[in-house]
Amino acid sequence: MPDLGLDVLFKGKNMIRLLGGLWVAVKISLISVAISIPLGILLGIVMTSKNPIIKAVTRVYLEFIRIMPQLVLLFIVFFGSTSAFGINISGELASVIVFTVWGTAEMGDLVRGALISIPKHQYESSAALALTPAKTYIYVIIPQTVRRLIPLSINLITRMIKTTSLILMIGVVEVLKVAQQIIEANRMSSPNAAFGVYLTVLLMYFIICWPISMLAKRLEKKWG
Amino acid sequence: MNWDFIWKYLPLYEKAALLTVRIGWAGIALAIIIGILCAIVLYFRIAVLRRIVSVYIEISRNTPLLIQLFFIYYALPKVGIPITPEVCGVAGLAFLGGSYMAEAFRSGLEAIEPIQMESALSLGLEKSQALRYVIMPQAVSVSVPAFVANVIFLLKETSVFSAVSLMDLMFTAKDLIGLYYKTTESLFLLVVFYLIILLPISILGSILERRLRHAGFGS
Amino acid sequence: MNEELLKVEHLTKKFEDNVVLDDISFTVHKGEVIVIVGPSGCGKSTMLRCINALEPVQGGRITIDGDEIVYGSKNLSSLRQKIGMVFQSYDLFPHLNVLDNILLAPMKAQKRKKDEVAKEAVELLERVGLRDKAKSFPRQLSGGQKQRVAIVRALCMHPEMMLFDEVTAALDPEMVREVLDVILGLAKGGMTMIIVTHEMQFARAVADRVLFLENGSIIEDSEPDTFFESPKTERAKEFLNIFNFERSKEK
Repeated sequence: MPDLGLDVLFKGKNMIRLLGGLWVAVKISLISVAISIPLGILLGIVMTSKNPIIKAVTRVYLEFIRIMPQLVLLFIVFFGSTSAFGINISGELASVIVFTVWGTAEMGDLVRGALISIPKHQYESSAALALTPAKTYIYVIIPQTVRRLIPLSINLITRMIKTTSLILMIGVVEVLKVAQQIIEANRMSSPNAAFGVYLTVLLMYFIICWPISMLAKRLEKKWG
Repeated sequence: MNWDFIWKYLPLYEKAALLTVRIGWAGIALAIIIGILCAIVLYFRIAVLRRIVSVYIEISRNTPLLIQLFFIYYALPKVGIPITPEVCGVAGLAFLGGSYMAEAFRSGLEAIEPIQMESALSLGLEKSQALRYVIMPQAVSVSVPAFVANVIFLLKETSVFSAVSLMDLMFTAKDLIGLYYKTTESLFLLVVFYLIILLPISILGSILERRLRHAGFGS
Repeated sequence: MNEELLKVEHLTKKFEDNVVLDDISFTVHKGEVIVIVGPSGCGKSTMLRCINALEPVQGGRITIDGDEIVYGSKNLSSLRQKIGMVFQSYDLFPHLNVLDNILLAPMKAQKRKKDEVAKEAVELLERVGLRDKAKSFPRQLSGGQKQRVAIVRALCMHPEMMLFDEVTAALDPEMVREVLDVILGLAKGGMTMIIVTHEMQFARAVADRVLFLENGSIIEDSEPDTFFESPKTERAKEFLNIFNFERSKEK
């Protein structure tokens, strides 16, 4: 059995430190999701507007945010804010800003997609049943939209958590950074620590994301 | 905006962009092969293999590429598998992309009515022939939009390559910011180059999607 | 009587605990046209699917020319080439044009030359009145045209017999005729066929024998005139009555 460097994990407070690092990443993604969802719903509704100017502006916002790698957005906010406005913002704040802006775009697109996917005859048959437009929305359209949206929004959470691994690249001390520190500190006593520690980090992400993905999949099947 | 600076460092970005594109496409090509194979295993419910493929897909989809790359690059050499940065980039992208491509092709396969397979079989074709001539051509064209979305997603994901010391666009931008404090120019070039790489595919994707939605075969 | 072509012996088919076909036996001779009728869900379509080994069976034997047809066995594709099948839903391959739909199996499964098959395909299309549609794609055809192409596609494999599974059930009424005429033409040419249909007049015109299937069993096996004029069982009488309407108001 080769040395897989697993012993390091049980040395001192290493496991607790890794979990602490993971919490930093998860916290940032949860805050970002919590802000993105209401903003995204608003954006999605605004995007169904017929006004050409609103349509163009929201479209450009959405396309730009979605086509740029999230890491580029992080760089723009983190490095760019200093040179453009002369302010120094922390890596955590930059992360929350970027993931909120990105999450809002993604959520907005999901909401818009769900709204326009409701077939026209749903509106027509509601009207034929003498429902007012308000009642049509409350009893017919919104329940259908929400069912489509919930699994997709849950998926957005896992995407957000996975994406927060990027904050390492702008210097936030999160789980990967802690992992690097642990490996570095033990490089003499446990030269193979990289294997055990990175495997553990990989599994940690999996243990968080997998149940959430499963939940999304089940809801999608149930309501699909 | 300092245009002299931009012109001076343009070649550096060009080189970095070529690296991104080269490793990106190699990884995506492998991901497509892995994806098709996995999708076939899932579609035909091949015993044992099916389990392995499902586990692979779940791990690949539920962990970030950055961590996968760290694991491949720093952990695998510890158990005797030496890895260069380029190989790591290609392997990581293929590992991540394989599962996304598998899902795209699988839903394409499942969108084809079972009667298509049955009528091909009832004509006396072998299962493999039915798959090749009847099911696959249809499944592939159904999965084109998801496929293009995956390509864009994977090319975007390449932005973390600098973490395993590949000198890609992010690496170059960060380097220039650190060295010369020309933040605006460096970021401007960064955005422009990613747009050059991603915009054409994105536009192609939406054209293809519109054509597929509004027409079928034979138009 | 001609020689035996297809033999079904004690066929049993279950979906989980639900018995769909219960100990079915019958024989089809060369050149014979058998029509199977019965209420929906009686197992007619399942039986055709079993004959073509598209479904696993739980008991019994099916043989064609003495060769047993076993679900999942190795030589299935060569046995299936002897049996042409046309389904209710238009099952043309949407990514291929009409001619390529017809050519695919003869070229890939029988390794025949393209020129030779294409010539035959065009002749067959001519016979069903679709020569000018050779280059059309399935979605450009009407339901009736698609079904006629599906029949040609099966015929081009030179099958020894044909199975028709409610081929007109999904068609608009005015297209039913054009498809049934093609099948009647085949019957005149001496093709061996098993036809599942709800078109009773057609059944009577085309059949040599009528099998009445209910709850997975063959209840009657008669000549068409006998079956339609004096069915032996109460169940068959009731079934045939469904197709008669009585005036709802007195004159």
